[in-house]
Amino acid sequence: MKTVKVYGPGCKRCETTAEMVKQAAATLGIDVEVEKVSDPKAIALAGVMSTPGISVDGKLVHAGGLPDPDRLAGWLSA
Amino acid sequence: MSTGMTDHPQAPLRGDWLWHIGVAAFVTSWWWLYHELLALSDWLTSLMPVARHSHAGEAIAFFLYDVPKVMMLLTLIVFAMGIVRSFFSPEKTRALLSGKREGVGNILSAGLGVLTPFCSCSAVPLFIGFISAGVPLGVTFSFLIAAPMVNEVALVLLFGLVGWQVALTYLVFGLAIAIIAGFVIGKLRLEGWLQDWVRDIHSGAQVPEGLEDERLSMVDRYRLGIQAVREIFAKVWIWIVLGIAMGALIHGYVPQDLMVRIMGADAWWSVPAAVLMGVPMYTNAAGVIPIVEALLGKGAALGTVLAFMMSVIALSLPEMIILKQVLTLRLIAVFIGVVASGILAVGYLFNLMF
Repeated sequence: MKTVKVYGPGCKRCETTAEMVKQAAATLGIDVEVEKVSDPKAIALAGVMSTPGISVDGKLVHAGGLPDPDRLAGWLSA
Repeated sequence: MSTGMTDHPQAPLRGDWLWHIGVAAFVTSWWWLYHELLALSDWLTSLMPVARHSHAGEAIAFFLYDVPKVMMLLTLIVFAMGIVRSFFSPEKTRALLSGKREGVGNILSAGLGVLTPFCSCSAVPLFIGFISAGVPLGVTFSFLIAAPMVNEVALVLLFGLVGWQVALTYLVFGLAIAIIAGFVIGKLRLEGWLQDWVRDIHSGAQVPEGLEDERLSMVDRYRLGIQAVREIFAKVWIWIVLGIAMGALIHGYVPQDLMVRIMGADAWWSVPAAVLMGVPMYTNAAGVIPIVEALLGKGAALGTVLAFMMSVIALSLPEMIILKQVLTLRLIAVFIGVVASGILAVGYLFNLMF
């Protein structure tokens, strides 16, 4: 079980990113729990400067813009 | 230099060349079409069942020429800026700015504000990221003022609809306001007016470093350029069409002397009124500028119109609400006051100069 956090204030791109994570995980057959973090303080304290950001098991892997699907699969299966 | 070439040996190399050729072909056909556009739109207008020099004919010609022209300019420039921006990230910008002194720092910061990818929804995390890395408050403000105000959409629209002189003027004075306002806020030493939790971070609480930069190939950068075009268009196309339609109506129908009386240079109160009107209005540059062009064409004073535009883009209520999470109301008031004074000064200066 991997914990994936999607950081973003709730803009459209953040929603899309969360969906992309869920879909990629389903395709790969990986069990994930996706948590959306929208509190600005929490986002800032995680070191995310441009949203949406993604962390996998506590490690920040992406910040700013929609993730590249291939890279996303890489982070999830790592 | 394309890092993709060293990373992947044979197959992707051909893919890279296809991309380069595709981009070159796109730019070439763009130039050709842009040159033929006036003839094309005149021909389209002549198909309409109205006289070319009637009110309706003028309005339709304006619409049919300006919409495609602006869309084309936007496509090319946003694509190019998407590529340029892929070389700048908030993390890199922060590293460049941290520990910079006020003055030089403000100038650098305003410049980077134009080049670094920025979305007002990220304003708060970015603000914290800067402050926590030791970027001075005033320097951070220079960035936050320049980033939304001086952007490629505003510049393209001014260039396409009003002319390069006005676009250049807007660029120079937009940067000047960001630099000076940030400098003034820095001099006021208002760090104590940040929200408490932000002040804690400012005085040394640890925030993780953030991401290291990913290495991108040229093709990755093209892709980012295309992504930028798609995002901007999804966001602004409706405003451009509506704005230009509005502009076309003003162009064809509003009598000249009415505008001169309301927004001409003689009415001293018109500049502050324009700034005040701009604050509650929240739209991006795309929605405002076509109206701006039509107003100018009808004799509204340049300074008044620019003040209106800067106020709409740089001082928006929704952004203040976002910033409320990190700034106290007092600090927001100072921020608005300083930026509004700058805009007023630009407005009056222009009305005097032109």
